[in-house]
Amino acid sequence: MPDEKTSGPGEYVVQMKQITKIYANGAAANRGVDFNLRRGEIHALMGENGAGKSTLMKMLFGLEQPTSGEIFVNGEKLVLSSPSVAIAHGIGMVHQHFMLVPSLSVAENMVLGMVPHKSGIFIDKAKAVELTRAYSEKFNLHVDPEAKVMDIPVGMKQKVEILKALVRGARILIMDEPTAVLTTQETAELFVELKNLKKQGYTIVFISHKLNEIMEITDRLTIMRKGKSMGVYNTKDVTKEEISRLMVGRDVVLSLQKDKAVPGDTVLRVRHLEYINEWNKKMLNDISFDVRRGEILGIAGVEGNGQKELVDMLFNFNTPNAGSASVNGKSILGLPQQKIRELGVALVPEDRMLYGIASGASIEENVISDRSGEKRFNKGPLFNMKAIHAEADRLIKEYTVLCKSRSQQVGMLSGGNIQKVVVAREFSNHPILILADQPTRGIDVGATEFIRKKLVELSRSGIAVLLVSADLNEVMELSDSLIVMHNGSIAAYFEDTAGLTDEIMGEYMLGLKKQSAEEVRRVCHDQET
Amino acid sequence: MLNFLKMLATPEFFYSIIRISAPILFATLAAVVVEKAGFANIGLEGLMMFAALSGSLVSYYAGSWFWGFLAALATGVIMSLVMGFFAFKLKTDIILVGIAVNMMGSGGTLFLCKVITNLTEGKAMASTTGLITRSLCIPDITIPLLNQIPFLGRVLSGHNLLTYLAFLFCLLTSLMLYKTPLGLNIRAVGENPDAAASVGVSVMKIRYTAMAFSGLMSGFGGAFMSMAYAQGWSLDMVSGRGFIALAAQAMGGGECLGGMLSALVFGFAQALGIKFSAIGLDSNLASPIPYAVTILGLVIFALVRSSRIRKQHSAAALAKGKAKAES
Repeated sequence: MPDEKTSGPGEYVVQMKQITKIYANGAAANRGVDFNLRRGEIHALMGENGAGKSTLMKMLFGLEQPTSGEIFVNGEKLVLSSPSVAIAHGIGMVHQHFMLVPSLSVAENMVLGMVPHKSGIFIDKAKAVELTRAYSEKFNLHVDPEAKVMDIPVGMKQKVEILKALVRGARILIMDEPTAVLTTQETAELFVELKNLKKQGYTIVFISHKLNEIMEITDRLTIMRKGKSMGVYNTKDVTKEEISRLMVGRDVVLSLQKDKAVPGDTVLRVRHLEYINEWNKKMLNDISFDVRRGEILGIAGVEGNGQKELVDMLFNFNTPNAGSASVNGKSILGLPQQKIRELGVALVPEDRMLYGIASGASIEENVISDRSGEKRFNKGPLFNMKAIHAEADRLIKEYTVLCKSRSQQVGMLSGGNIQKVVVAREFSNHPILILADQPTRGIDVGATEFIRKKLVELSRSGIAVLLVSADLNEVMELSDSLIVMHNGSIAAYFEDTAGLTDEIMGEYMLGLKKQSAEEVRRVCHDQET
Repeated sequence: MLNFLKMLATPEFFYSIIRISAPILFATLAAVVVEKAGFANIGLEGLMMFAALSGSLVSYYAGSWFWGFLAALATGVIMSLVMGFFAFKLKTDIILVGIAVNMMGSGGTLFLCKVITNLTEGKAMASTTGLITRSLCIPDITIPLLNQIPFLGRVLSGHNLLTYLAFLFCLLTSLMLYKTPLGLNIRAVGENPDAAASVGVSVMKIRYTAMAFSGLMSGFGGAFMSMAYAQGWSLDMVSGRGFIALAAQAMGGGECLGGMLSALVFGFAQALGIKFSAIGLDSNLASPIPYAVTILGLVIFALVRSSRIRKQHSAAALAKGKAKAES
């Protein structure tokens, strides 16, 4: 099936041959990878987290050097020793984390490093603005040259990044998970722009995990697994299932098997929660719901409709203006996080790097961080290292964390394995309620499947789970019942997710429809308000 | 009380505010630029001490204030580049480098002064005040016409050459930061070094440049202290101006103009302290005045800034709500 034979070498703008990258610590990120780009194509680079896609592209952009292997650009063999060399050969990169200076204007960011002068020493601002405007019009990428970057929306920041690469003469654009930060509309807009660039003869590398996007926009795709290339395919010739199998090497169960929930007593009881943020916007408006033992209650909704604020309130990262929340009858609002945890609440936070782990600490230190005070891990004033080692090893094994040892730094792991460390800690300390906020965002298919299965398993063992997810598939598959949030309110409650379709969900998520107060009130199972 | 206010409303008092503010302003400009470049140089105090010593000694040996003045500038720049080497190349914490320079600036300058004067004069001197005469100081400048204006002429004319340069540099530094490619690069490196590096700006070069600029300004400040403010160098003569400048930078919102106004506020406080001791107030009561004003200034600054942010937020929310209602 791989189509390498069908094309001669002449038509490639980039050829990477037998690229191997072994880091100083002995970890092999790429092993004998072949990668090529045809002029004017959109080429997807796919793979799980840690499969080596970013490393491969960093080498193409000159940020890292291959241990062995050759890189040809337009048929010329090159040593890409730095990004400036790559830029000089027409390679540009749009980083996932924007390389922009927030307090400078769009035009100033555009010309940074190649500033137009006037009268010898001064910046020619007019020229910078004019240049920005010209490129913006030429490529149909609309930006406001004089706005400060900190004041413009994410979608426009990305356009600035693309323009920055184009103005430096890039003919090949590497885009690292460009849709991860965009809204649905912005993504659609980006796709139009990318197709437009393709028409003008530009070549685009599109790094992504999102199968639907790849099917929609790319011509060919290269799949990577564990540092190796699994082949190059024409996008129209492969199915999503095949891609998924090539990426993880087995069929991922895309629909999850689970028994019917048998809900017990109410664990989390939230009533009339209200929150007005510092910009005087009502982010939460009269939120009431119950989560019972043995069920997964999903919260669906387009991001930014109050989900983040709700979780912040429940774990005391913020204080609501009104309302109550209790776990087994004890109020949790305003309690220190340690006290909330003592009540049996576990949190899988949305931002795992900030709230989920201490990235400089070891796996072991991270997994025992919530239980280090327990008697079984202490001997007098000192730690009982034997017991701690045993606990860490047990969790690493049970949660299949791929690592060199328990003393490896968590920050060095791939995204999926970092999240496994987080859930290993959160799921294993006998919680009665799990708050799972975007538990599988940005992680690979294998880890995603593992965490979803674990959530179902735990809920069936009698734990209450509140699942907040922007991933519609996830929230519909995992949840037993489901609420939809829109504009800070609960727009709908579905007691049973069976029979729900994307269309129905979409109407509530986008605010086209809203259930009556009576219907929504059914999510408060004790019926007293 | 009224009598006292009358004493303050003299041209001499305003003249002294400007004079006292000049060295603080030099150091404040140094602090502003390094802060824009994304780090802090807390060693300004020590740099000024060294510059003050080398300026006074070289002017004495060369018999010309001009060579002393250049020596002070060179001392500031070279020492700041050494600081940069320790901080950027050898990765020492830049705050620790600054502390080291400040400590050397106190004890080390006295040591150097004694060693050098022992070699050349035959006796170890604890200060160079005996060596520096009026003609070895940086000259004062009378501005024609301006000095004819009543009151204002006596406030603004007749200042030291460096005092005028301080205020001129305030303008030039602001232009440099906002109107030149160098300034753009400094601000970009300070805010997002990765972004600057990704488009080929050399982050190291910019950091060393900002560091050297801070050394140059400290050189001016030091030269002012030993060759204009006082005749000759003496122990700890900079007396906290390098630290006050850090406060002035923060109080001025990190900008040149704001820094200048803050430097003037501190200059006012010091002039007031001097005036108080002149009318017989116990010097133990008068000398803390500048520092009390520093703290007060920082508190006011923090309050103003937080209320401004709150206002901006509510304004943004209003604008957002309005835009929504219209769409």
